[in-house]
Amino acid sequence: MKRWIPLLVFLVLAGFLAKGLFLNPREVPSPFIGKPAPAFSLPLVGQPDKIFGPADMRGKVWLLNVWAPWCVSCRQEHPVLMALAQSQSAPIVGLNWKDKDREAEKLLAEHGSPYAAVPDDLSGKVGIDYGVTGTPETYVIDKDGIIRMKHIGPIDPDVWKNKIEPKLKELGA
Amino acid sequence: MIPELGHFALITALILALTQAILPLWGAARGHTTLMAVARPAAQAQFLFVGMAFSCLAYAFLTNDFTVENVARNSFSQLPEIYRFTATWGSHEGSMLLWALILGFWTTAVSLFSRHLPDDMVARVIGIMGLISSGFLAFLLTTSNPFLRLLPAPADGRDMNPLLQDPGMVIHPPMLYMGYVGFSVAFAFAIAALMSGKLDAAWARWSRPWTTVAWAFLTAGIVLGSWWAYNELGWGGWWFWDPTENASFMPWLAGTALIHSLAVTEKRGAFKAWTVLLALIAFSLSLLGTFLVRSGVLSSVHAFATDPARGSFILGFLAVVVGGSLTLYAWRAPKMLSGGAFSWFSREAMLLANNVVLLAAMASVLLGTLYPLFMDAMGLGKISVGPPYFNAVFVPLMAPALFLIGVGSLTRWKEASLPDMWTRLKWALAISVATGLLLPLTLKGFNPWESLGYTLAMWIVLTVFIGLRERTRRGARLLSLPRAFWGMQIAHLGLAWGVAGITLVANHQLERDVRMNVGDHATLAGYTFTFQGATEFPGPNYRAARGTVEVSQNGKKLFTLYPEKRIYNASGMPMTEAAIHPNFFRDVYVALGEPLDSEAKTWAVRVFYKPFINWLWIGGLFLVVGGFLAASDRRYRIAVKPIKA
Repeated sequence: MKRWIPLLVFLVLAGFLAKGLFLNPREVPSPFIGKPAPAFSLPLVGQPDKIFGPADMRGKVWLLNVWAPWCVSCRQEHPVLMALAQSQSAPIVGLNWKDKDREAEKLLAEHGSPYAAVPDDLSGKVGIDYGVTGTPETYVIDKDGIIRMKHIGPIDPDVWKNKIEPKLKELGA
Repeated sequence: MIPELGHFALITALILALTQAILPLWGAARGHTTLMAVARPAAQAQFLFVGMAFSCLAYAFLTNDFTVENVARNSFSQLPEIYRFTATWGSHEGSMLLWALILGFWTTAVSLFSRHLPDDMVARVIGIMGLISSGFLAFLLTTSNPFLRLLPAPADGRDMNPLLQDPGMVIHPPMLYMGYVGFSVAFAFAIAALMSGKLDAAWARWSRPWTTVAWAFLTAGIVLGSWWAYNELGWGGWWFWDPTENASFMPWLAGTALIHSLAVTEKRGAFKAWTVLLALIAFSLSLLGTFLVRSGVLSSVHAFATDPARGSFILGFLAVVVGGSLTLYAWRAPKMLSGGAFSWFSREAMLLANNVVLLAAMASVLLGTLYPLFMDAMGLGKISVGPPYFNAVFVPLMAPALFLIGVGSLTRWKEASLPDMWTRLKWALAISVATGLLLPLTLKGFNPWESLGYTLAMWIVLTVFIGLRERTRRGARLLSLPRAFWGMQIAHLGLAWGVAGITLVANHQLERDVRMNVGDHATLAGYTFTFQGATEFPGPNYRAARGTVEVSQNGKKLFTLYPEKRIYNASGMPMTEAAIHPNFFRDVYVALGEPLDSEAKTWAVRVFYKPFINWLWIGGLFLVVGGFLAASDRRYRIAVKPIKA
């Protein structure tokens, strides 16, 4: 019987590996889910005299999209966001993260802005409050200002249809 | 045109690989010499065509052909030429093509250096390697075609991952793959032996040089990888127990065990079943490593883009190759009669103990690497296993292995006498323990782990010298000792050197994070670091902030270091390029952190003092040299007379 042990060990291992293929190790549950979105007040890109905070979005289901002009994946995501903005399913707020070269305004003027508002997080401090690990990242926030979902990486039509849109429906956007 | 040619070459290579697999294996089973004779030319032609495919891809990279999707994703017009070439294997597709190329290389090497082997053995070995080639080529063609076009072509590429733009990365992947894939030779020999039922000393002698060479390459690959991490990641560490690192370390541990058990099988005819199993395990772990890195089941700092179709394919392939070979093993195991009885105190027993310890270490690394996956698969939450686990489990397992090095190579085969060993080794033992106990006292005070490290390093060095002295006393001239013996001693010395380096650097490294304005000083380990500001510095495909740090000692200026913070143009990815001043006794390492004010005058600077870190790489070099030396021993080159089974 001893000679079958290596094969058995391997089969158990292979079973786990097969299961592992359908899990996503990057999908670390964010500790912020179910918690109120951290408050902030930041000037808006292009309108530095206006101040934006999450409280302004009370009563709406909205998306907080963390992006940056220097981020290549964000550019990839941009046309998708543009289409979403046109469909008017939920307002998107684009947190402009660590834009040291001050390019956001020019970029949005050139390529169009999918955002309802673009708060300017130059120091990156708000990003830290939200536990941002990289750009782009998108938070779904409900009518009471509670974070309901976090998506890491660019939103593509697939992610939108299977992940974010159902959540928005559930929250009654 | 050229990419299509590459694609075509790849398809041709797959057909040739299938031919190389099916006809010789069929011929060997039927005793049909003409079919068996197909093995060599088919293998060589297959290598030629994979080589052609690889050249086509390299050409596309070198000429910035952004109509090829793989080039557009992984290269950039401003990328220096050498990195445009290495970008060929910087992507998932390219690295799989490199895998196939190196497998072709090893197969061709077997076809050329196997004149003295029986025909059916050669046919089987090459046939099995052809099966593996077929799997990888099919994988490339169905899920990872590197020649796909991207039309309309983008104006420029997205650049190679900046982390990979380092001299260490130029040769690290080929070396690592030479090792990984090289274990396929030992694997094929083991399967061929299981198929034919002829498991004898000759089989072990044929496998030995191949295994040792593959092991030496793998060692070189791992050491280079570690050196790269030390230079490039800017954290000053040299090993992170990252899943990708573990993926290469597990086959190394199994391979090390295999080298030692092959020696016993060849010389004494013992452990036959165990040796065969180890040969299967070593290559299975190489495949598992490929799966772990390629499929994305584990998150890792340097895993590639993930795709479930790829993962499923490799897992299926893994199931066929590993499952199939272990089934064959279980089926044939009763035929493997172990010869050569030995007592509990003999070289056989010592090598068996070494094997058990190495495999236990391998299993503990495997467990730690896959534990997050197990937990997640069973719905018990997402966790990650970090260095504390690995250090706590691995270090205590390595201590007996290192101790056994000293005993094992000096113990007689079959039966040794304990009192005799005691007389031969008592002084070495006393000196080692004394060194271990006293050395820390002269440095920083007593610390048991530190003591253990020095004791073991000293112990290995002394026993190596005892081994050499005993040989010469018996009349042998030092330089006329066989290369296999020298190879072993040099590799063991390298290990001692590395252990000493690790112990010293782990216990005596110093680091400081300082905030530095222009003209500020910081001192560490007797060195004074003066920050002279950071300036804008344009690179070929990045822009950098380049700091100037002058290092002096006792008021005397020693050298100037230029650490950089780079932002790569295409990806916008920031990278820390540490500046290191190395010498035999220590490294001085400076990394530039973030600018702390808007004018970029004040910077966060991290300085390290790393004593004896270079002993690690020197020790690694000794291991590699020892491996190649042992594999080149005369004994493996003389024709072996046919042995009647």
